[in-house]
Amino acid sequence: MSISPLNRFKAEFPAKSINEGYARMVAAAFVSQLDPTVADLADIKTAVSEAVTNCIVHAYRDKTDYCPIYITGAYYPDGKTVITVRDKGCGIEDISKAVTPLYTTDTGGERSGMGFTIMESFCDKMTVSSRVGKGTTVRLVKKIVRPQS
Amino acid sequence: MHIDYKLRGTTLTASLHGEIDHHTAAIARSEIDMEIDRVKATGLNLDLSDISFCDSSGLGLVMGRLKKMKAGGGSAVVVNPSERVEKVLTLAGIDTLMPIKKEERK
Repeated sequence: MSISPLNRFKAEFPAKSINEGYARMVAAAFVSQLDPTVADLADIKTAVSEAVTNCIVHAYRDKTDYCPIYITGAYYPDGKTVITVRDKGCGIEDISKAVTPLYTTDTGGERSGMGFTIMESFCDKMTVSSRVGKGTTVRLVKKIVRPQS
Repeated sequence: MHIDYKLRGTTLTASLHGEIDHHTAAIARSEIDMEIDRVKATGLNLDLSDISFCDSSGLGLVMGRLKKMKAGGGSAVVVNPSERVEKVLTLAGIDTLMPIKKEERK
């Protein structure tokens, strides 16, 4: 039996780097409804920023027409929060290689290869599903529970 | 994102203000590099005390500047990152490659 979320949101915007700030603010505004700790909120913002940056830097690297990024968020009665970041870009051929710390295909630039590692360590769970030529979805799960005072 | 510079001898201090992501890191990167070359700095202090957000792009920015300074025989130091910023930076072991200095805030 699946439990329905208490609340949810959807957003769509073009893959422009200036929207990285927009994306993490939207996610932060949504998660703020759960009264998270400063650290939990920062974790969500950082993970979303990484996921969206991947869409811009990697998924749509060869595209010039409209490149949409879709974000959804949902939270459940127990505080479980799920954020997805999806693109219709080039897809990832070898996911296990892509998520390896320090691995990057951007050898000429200054990408650190730590994007997926940060998403993994700042969330409770991260899953990547991808199809080459179709796109990639990153699913970030984090339980937001206010510490009892 | 904006950056203030101070030069003492040939050591350049770049104080970064605002958020570091892929978008702002690209701007900061070219700005700082231009200033390093302009003043012919041999030492670089990256003051991150006023950075309110930093993702892995910040890591790339810091590593890139370290590489640039080392290539010219110089050195680079990170100064006063918040606990949060430090968490991102040290995830890749940046603290084993360069000093992270914490100074008393005036």
